[in-house]
Order: sequence, then structure tokens, then C-alpha cells
Amino acid sequence: MTPDDATLTEAGLEPTHHGRILLIACGALAHEVLALKRLNHWDHLDLQCLPANLHLWPDRIPAAVEAAVEKHRDAYASVFVLYADCGTGGQLFEKCKKLGVEMLQGPHCYSFFEGNEDFAAKAETEFTAFYLTDFLVRQFDAFVWRPMGLDRHPELRDMYFGNYTKLVYQAQTDDPALDLKAQDCARRLGLAYERRLTGYGDLARELAVVAAG
Amino acid sequence: MAEDDIILSELSDDELVLQMHDDLYDGLKEEIEEGVGILLERGWTPYDVLTKALVAGMTIVGADFRDGILFVPEVLLAANAMKGGMFILKPLLAETGAPRMGKMVIGTVKGDIHDIGKNLVGMMMEGAGFEVLDLGINNSVEKYLAALESEQPDILGMSALLTTTMPYMKVVIDTLKEKGMREDYIVLVGGAPLNEEFSRAIGADAYCRDAAVAVETAKAFVARKHNQLGA
Repeated sequence: MTPDDATLTEAGLEPTHHGRILLIACGALAHEVLALKRLNHWDHLDLQCLPANLHLWPDRIPAAVEAAVEKHRDAYASVFVLYADCGTGGQLFEKCKKLGVEMLQGPHCYSFFEGNEDFAAKAETEFTAFYLTDFLVRQFDAFVWRPMGLDRHPELRDMYFGNYTKLVYQAQTDDPALDLKAQDCARRLGLAYERRLTGYGDLARELAVVAAG
Repeated sequence: MAEDDIILSELSDDELVLQMHDDLYDGLKEEIEEGVGILLERGWTPYDVLTKALVAGMTIVGADFRDGILFVPEVLLAANAMKGGMFILKPLLAETGAPRMGKMVIGTVKGDIHDIGKNLVGMMMEGAGFEVLDLGINNSVEKYLAALESEQPDILGMSALLTTTMPYMKVVIDTLKEKGMREDYIVLVGGAPLNEEFSRAIGADAYCRDAAVAVETAKAFVARKHNQLGA
């Protein structure tokens, strides 16, 4: 059973210790990874999630990943890290290289959900877009509104978002309720709204390679 | 009015400056503007108001941000309050000939629209006596070069928040090298995903992890440059 978003944000998810390949993922990917496991019957993949709120302090991600790899690697045939660079400025890549484990390609989840090549191709024209995924739409207040102090100081909104022009909701699932909530997020940020059904993008493609390994 | 409300105009100079430090910390823009006005009325030079009341107050904010006591929203509120004070002082500083430390051209790199850190650095540099030309966001190498050639600053500052845009700093530095201009400028870089190793790898002079470090680094490099020129 997938834990609720608040648990994934604050505590993450412990592995079940069933399976020969351990995926160490960001808590924000738990729903998507478990859905792909179910759909593809990847029972040999086990999942551990680190707290999604590590993204509020990206410099802490490499050490947290290292601790998880070191803790569990002896119990599995292999470990794969389901993080992209995620604002670590190459530090996570270097850490994974040192640990001898593979990780997702790309700069962040917005890129791999859309497909890294497609996302990069849009970089010149879409750099004023603010992205949300399914998880971030559900957890908008915990990841955007409150950490930025907008609950206490809404007057700061334009200092943060004044240079953005639109909010792009990258939908992993076709959920009208999330669409409505994402529209409301755009309204609160004072941005135009666009919904883009990305599905699981490169996450599905890369996981398929890991599962076949 | 509540009984414990503080009347700024009734405070001594020393008390008022300390109160302004508190008000900056709490991001109280109107109080800062009022405090600046009172000190000027009492005959303080604009430079003293800037350095002793505003910059000293923001230095406390910067230190507490670095130590994890304050967070970005509080720093933004403090910066906004300081901006209110600077708005009053800036024309007066120009008139009264405050000391000039040097000149800086600063901007966020191409493809990047994040300017909170860059704006803070620009403001603190101005507070420290640097003349700052802010190029804003999404700057191409051509725009940086044009500003360097027209403004002839001591320092070029580049900022990036994204892993995807920070490599553009190297494009700018490499172009400076190609044109034989690299040694004419002190190049400082900053932004959340950067670090000292990256700064060295791209050929910048220094990585500045926050606005206070940027000011201290800029002062040190400019002093060194002046010493070299004087030698």
C-alpha cells in the first residue's frame, strides 16, 4: 500500500525487503513507481523512498542517498537511484559514481516526465514556465506555498514569481480533480495555466531497462 | 496605539539604530523608512545611515540566514525593508559623494529567470559602496560583453539557480578569454546549485555562497587589484 503524501513528504517509505533490485527514490515518485511496478508486474523491484521534502534542501540529497545505498546494498543484487540531478549541481551524479550505482538521467523530474529530449528542446522558449507534477499539485501548500512563506506573507508572491509567465501542470494521470486543483494553484500564483498529459515519460523507459537488468 | 508601541522619534540615536536593526530583521519597511528620515533630520550623513543602520542590520539578517535561523521569506521581507530605506538614501548618496568601492555589472544567465539572490547581492553591494549595473535576467553572452565594454566595471557577477543554466557561465568566461578580456575583470559567480569546485572549473575568480560573502569577496579582490595597479 502506498503511504499518504504527508508521510512520503516527511518520512519517505521503507523497503519491503522483497525483490532483488532496490530502487532508492524521491518520495515524490512513490505513486508513479508503484503504479509502474503494478502495471508491469515488476515484483523483483523493491522500493525505498527518501522524504520528498529533501528537495527543499537539495544539498542534503547526496548524503541521504549515500546513507540509503550503504544501508541496504548488501541485501540486494543491485541498487538504482531514482533521482535526477534535482538541483544538486552534479553532486549526486558524483556521489552515485563513487558508490558504483546508476541514477536517472536528466536535470529533474519535470524533465524526465516530459522526456529529457523534449524538455531540453523547449528550454529556449519555456524557461518562464513553473512546473507542477501530480505529486506537487497535491502537495502544493507543503512544497510551494508554505516554504516560500506565502501563507504568512502573500505580498512576497511577485518577488518569487514575477518573472514566470505560466504554470504547466505535467499530468502523470488523467485526473479532473487534480486538473482543477492545478488551475487553482496557477490562480494563486497569478500565472496562466496549461495542462500537459505527460504520463510517466522517461521514468517508465528507464525503469523498464532497470527491470530487465 | 498600544502602550508598548515604540515611538522612533523619541529614541536616542543609538537606540534608534538598534531598533532599526530589529525592524530590518522583522521586515518592517515603513518603520525603516521612518527611521532613515529621522536620522537624516538629526544631521546624519546618508552614508552613515546606510552603513550603520541598514547595512549593519542586513549583515545580522545575512548571518542568521547562513546559520539557518532565518529563511528565504524573512530575508526577502528584510531586503524589501532595506530597499525602502535605500530608495530614500540613493539620491542623497550621489549628492554627498559617498566613498566608492568599485563598479559591478551583475545579471542572471541566459535561460534563467531567477533573480532573488542576484537582487540581494546587488543591493548589498550598493550598500557596501559599489556602483551596480543590474542587467536583470536571461542574459546572453553578447549582453554581458556589451555591458562590460560600455561600463568598464571592476567586477562581473553572474547568477544561476538551475543546474541546466549554470554551465552558461562558462560560455561567458570562455568568450572573455577568447577576446583577451578575462583578466580585465573580477568574475564572481553564485546561485544555489553552484559550489567552489564548479567556480574553479569554469574559470571564475570566486564562488559566493551568499550576499554577505559576495560583498567581502568583492572588497578583497578590488583591494588586491588596486594594490597590483599601485605596485
